[in-house]
Amino acid sequence: MRFKDVFSIIGPAMIGPSSSHTAGAARLGRIARQLLAEPPVRADITFYGSFADTYRGHGTDLAVVGGLLGYDTDDDRITDAFAHAKDEGLEIAIGRGSMAAIHPNTVTIRLSGTGGTMEMTGCSIGGGNVAVAAVNGFSVSFSGVSPTLVIQHTDRPGTIAAIATALEHGGINIATMTVDRKGRNGEAMSVLETDQPAGEDVLARLREWPAVLDIRIVYLAGETPKEGRA
Amino acid sequence: MNFATIAELAARCEEAGQTISAYMLAQQSLESGRSPAQERQQMAAYYDIMKEAVRRGITTDTTSRSGLTGGDARRVMAMLDGSGGDTSAGSHATRAMAYALAVSEVNASMGRIVATPTAGSCGILPGVLVSSQERYGWPDDRMVDGLFCAGALGYVIANNAFISGAEGGCQAEVGSAIAMAAGALVELRGGTPMQCAHAVGLALKNTLGLVCDPVAGLVEVPCIVRNGMGAVNALAAADLALAGVRSAIPADEVVGAMRDIGAAMPETLRETGKGGLAATPTGQRIAEALFGEERP
Repeated sequence: MRFKDVFSIIGPAMIGPSSSHTAGAARLGRIARQLLAEPPVRADITFYGSFADTYRGHGTDLAVVGGLLGYDTDDDRITDAFAHAKDEGLEIAIGRGSMAAIHPNTVTIRLSGTGGTMEMTGCSIGGGNVAVAAVNGFSVSFSGVSPTLVIQHTDRPGTIAAIATALEHGGINIATMTVDRKGRNGEAMSVLETDQPAGEDVLARLREWPAVLDIRIVYLAGETPKEGRA
Repeated sequence: MNFATIAELAARCEEAGQTISAYMLAQQSLESGRSPAQERQQMAAYYDIMKEAVRRGITTDTTSRSGLTGGDARRVMAMLDGSGGDTSAGSHATRAMAYALAVSEVNASMGRIVATPTAGSCGILPGVLVSSQERYGWPDDRMVDGLFCAGALGYVIANNAFISGAEGGCQAEVGSAIAMAAGALVELRGGTPMQCAHAVGLALKNTLGLVCDPVAGLVEVPCIVRNGMGAVNALAAADLALAGVRSAIPADEVVGAMRDIGAAMPETLRETGKGGLAATPTGQRIAEALFGEERP
């Protein structure tokens, strides 16, 4: 199912004007920041399809940059995201791409920090919901709604079992899992959407496995309203 | 979720003797692992944001950043207090319309709203629910039920078709929102789950083929007015279903028709700002004036 629950239909709370082009774009930016795992200093943002045709009218560029700064969908600093980016030393380049996009609302974000780079392609599929389709050249599929482990590793027997065992020890249930590799015995990426966030003990156990090169955690929690009545 | 179609949802509710909202709440709680009370709390917080957006839209200046839109909700409200002439649609429909315009105008002016199911269609559910709450004196808790019912209906539509204009045109956004609001109102007014299903079918049929053609790519023209009139359509669809009118084509098949129509829609009419009203001489003049050579 592309849409998982009632709050993918009712929600998110957001700053207008478009859930696909603003809220979804902000979430994709935030996921990209989490994948880089450090404050970005340069972002190259390429829009495709409807994103490319209408990004200025919708403020999609502001929203992606707001997400890159870590803002939630209902953070009104999104409206001044470029100014905030400048203050935080984040250099932005925006472009429009014309390749056949995988979805009408697609963006590719290339990020550099002081420690490394990251490239992500994601789609805004409606109502603020997103689907990440590629990370660093690997095909993936995740939404950021659940705690997500993005594990870069070498393609070696036993790695998936090791990952599953580490999660089992932490009492963590795997909801979905995708694995992609660039070639036999080459680089690979496993993405696991889980029901509980992985604790430090689990992450430490994962890092001990020799084939594991890098772990990034994506989770869009904290966007839901904090107040309310039962 | 253990339902994938409107028919399944309605049948399970009728078997269990439950409303769609109660059924959805239980399913949601199972899915998230959170308690039903926590789920209700989040929905209640969303409803508070909707009510606040209505209030802002009818009491403050909602001129959008482009300057194209704003103030229409207040113009319509003036008809209700008697200062702006008489209504043709009757005060209840007019109030629902004004509130829907209000929330959409808040959205266009980059204010805080809840996507229901999207921002482009964010006026319809609050327009219908907040005005009905005032009319019938329902407590907020009851309105939370209405939102769970609407969410269940939208969940089926979203997974079997789409809810974004870029994928399926305005029928996917405003059309889905009207169907969700109509179904929710049927439940709130005491209708059966089957009547909710018919309301979805009846409502969705009336927006099939509606294209997404925002002038200058902005969620303003025609989106705001479509939200206002969409709220009135939702009231009408709920009345049809409550009167016992049935959707001759079952709701799930109407959703399927919407998906097929959306898939056949040219890209110019799917939120690219290139066709329909956006391509009219006035639409193009507006885009030119706002963005000049550098469109979009």
